[in-house]
Amino acid sequence: MSTMTMVKALNAGLRRALADDPKVLLAGEDIGQLGGVFRVTEGLQNEFGTDRVVDSPLAEAGIVGTSMGLALRGYRPVVEIQFDGFVYPAFDQIVSQVSRMRFRSHGTMSVPMVIRIPYGGGIGAIEHHSESPEAYFAHTPGLKVVTCSNPHDAYWMIQQAIADDDPVIFLEPKRRYHEKGEVDTEASPLPLYDARVVKPGTDATLLCYGPMVRTCVEAAVAAEAEGRSLEVVDLRSLSPLDDETVFASVRRTGRAIVVHEAVGTLGIGAELAARIQAECFYELEAPVLRVTGYDLPYPPSRVEDGYLPDLDRVLDAVDRSLAY
Amino acid sequence: MTEPAGTDVFAVGDEPIQLLDPSGRRVDHPDFSYSGTDADIASHLRDMVLARRIDTEATALQRKGELGLWPPALGQEAAQIGSGRTLRDPDLIVPSYREHGVAWCAGIDPVDLLGTFRGTAMVDWPSRPDGFHLYSFVIGTQALHAVGMAMALQRDGQVGNDDPAANGAAIVYFGDGATSQGDVNEAFVFAASYAAPVVFFCQNNQYAISEPASLQSRVPLYRRAAGFGFPGLRVDGNDVLAVHAVTQLAMDRARRGEGPVLVEAYTYRMGAHTTSDDPTKYRLAAEQDAWKAKDPIERVKTYLLSTGAIDQAWLDALAAESEALAERLRAGCLALPEPALGEQWQHVYAGMPPALARQREEYLAYEASFEGASE
Repeated sequence: MSTMTMVKALNAGLRRALADDPKVLLAGEDIGQLGGVFRVTEGLQNEFGTDRVVDSPLAEAGIVGTSMGLALRGYRPVVEIQFDGFVYPAFDQIVSQVSRMRFRSHGTMSVPMVIRIPYGGGIGAIEHHSESPEAYFAHTPGLKVVTCSNPHDAYWMIQQAIADDDPVIFLEPKRRYHEKGEVDTEASPLPLYDARVVKPGTDATLLCYGPMVRTCVEAAVAAEAEGRSLEVVDLRSLSPLDDETVFASVRRTGRAIVVHEAVGTLGIGAELAARIQAECFYELEAPVLRVTGYDLPYPPSRVEDGYLPDLDRVLDAVDRSLAY
Repeated sequence: MTEPAGTDVFAVGDEPIQLLDPSGRRVDHPDFSYSGTDADIASHLRDMVLARRIDTEATALQRKGELGLWPPALGQEAAQIGSGRTLRDPDLIVPSYREHGVAWCAGIDPVDLLGTFRGTAMVDWPSRPDGFHLYSFVIGTQALHAVGMAMALQRDGQVGNDDPAANGAAIVYFGDGATSQGDVNEAFVFAASYAAPVVFFCQNNQYAISEPASLQSRVPLYRRAAGFGFPGLRVDGNDVLAVHAVTQLAMDRARRGEGPVLVEAYTYRMGAHTTSDDPTKYRLAAEQDAWKAKDPIERVKTYLLSTGAIDQAWLDALAAESEALAERLRAGCLALPEPALGEQWQHVYAGMPPALARQREEYLAYEASFEGASE
């Protein structure tokens, strides 16, 4: 057990993956000597060499496309997209090539690649540095999409994603990068695609992931003071979704509120709402509600606090749910 | 439309075209000369000094927490002023995100630049002229837009007219890192295919954040143009006279309808990539010192003092003007209007779809519920 930030936990997880499997390699802009703009790969090039920790030319399609070639020849590339808003130049490679190689090849080929993307807002950044692109990727068959919410999960989930034989979009909540938490490097980890009940409760279920888990736990703690018991589920995996954990929680509480930073329309919350109403219809006491980013391009940072779901907006939704 | 021009129209090579050396001495070049007077050069010096002051003040404002981020253009003043001062209507200027000196030349109030980096606004600025496009933050993406704008100039009859003043061209700014992007290479292809009136102005400042230009290209960047079928030129990006002369020629050529040119302004990013960056992690002080000796401002100052075109009193007046500008920047930054989230719904679409309008109403009602509660 040790206490570390999410950045350090990811670094430790990547180090262990590099050490455990000589086929693992990292690629991305500025990840070598600089250690990445967030220092997630700090020190790894010195330790593992320039063949395994590769500074890439400035071309995201190139980074992902060449990594796919490496993957097809037996390597396990872990690519870093510097910021969420810079992943789109690689969109064709990801959604038309990486995602469907297994399908196109009748299962004879696979692309065991991890695409790491620092994502989400709340850091006072300029345009294209606060995006939440998860729904685009979760919408794409063949891709898996996971996101960590704390250092312990970050440490384990990155290793599990690398070990997976399918391509994994690995979303890192950059506003939580420097928050510390306990990391148990010996415990056997939860399976990668399982959700986790991080705070049990009985009155309503908050379904969240990545940066919003802490927000929801804080909301649940605040609600306790008012005598309300909220269950918080960290989805961890957005594709596939761990339906059973979600349904079991909603059946217990009868109420579900999905919370994410990404815009609401056709987002993860929409998918969850559809699945929950189909499977838990008779247990629901209220419609499934969503607390999300508004349907806007990410706004100027001086108003991002109002744009992003916060404790007040979550509790407001809880009030509305309980009013049914 | 004219046929794509050959690549042999300029007999130049890897040695950057230079007209004023780092010691402040004018040098001759067989193909290029600076057409202006010493008074013109003094005006470039003033522009460069003020551009640098804008830059250092914005960096200071970030350090004080008044800006979220600032991408300094320190060291690139000659590349930006030298090129920027060749531009006029109906030229179209397409910047990346570090073109503060070009923005200055275009008449943009530097206070306006700050809103984008303070987080009070997106990218449009009240003082932005029609011919100056928004800053772009996704690397290289704007090169394609510039080619499209150049294609519009062709269709609008603003290229190749007998009256040179009626002609325009687009100029797009990007860095060494951007030359690796597909968008930039596709822009080269389209520009060549259509002989589009566009100047690709690459400021090779040697680094894409931490990555040296050698990671992006094994040949001097200007030579890339030959493979696409248009001329490339490498100019000393710290020499404002050479940059002016080369850009002038490239723009005039494009305006006449003779197609694109790639200009590689060979310069150095003296500062960090942005205020979030720490260059000591990836480059040596000795390298920075070597480039400091090639400073774009010092050589012009030395030259103009040697000819007597300026004197110490002139420089003192410029220093006072710089400080006044910095003071205006500080005050202007703090006075930038704060945005309201409720306004952000206005500009997503030409007309607001009903569901979006409803969402905005719900947001406003939610906001109002807090104001009521706090009273």
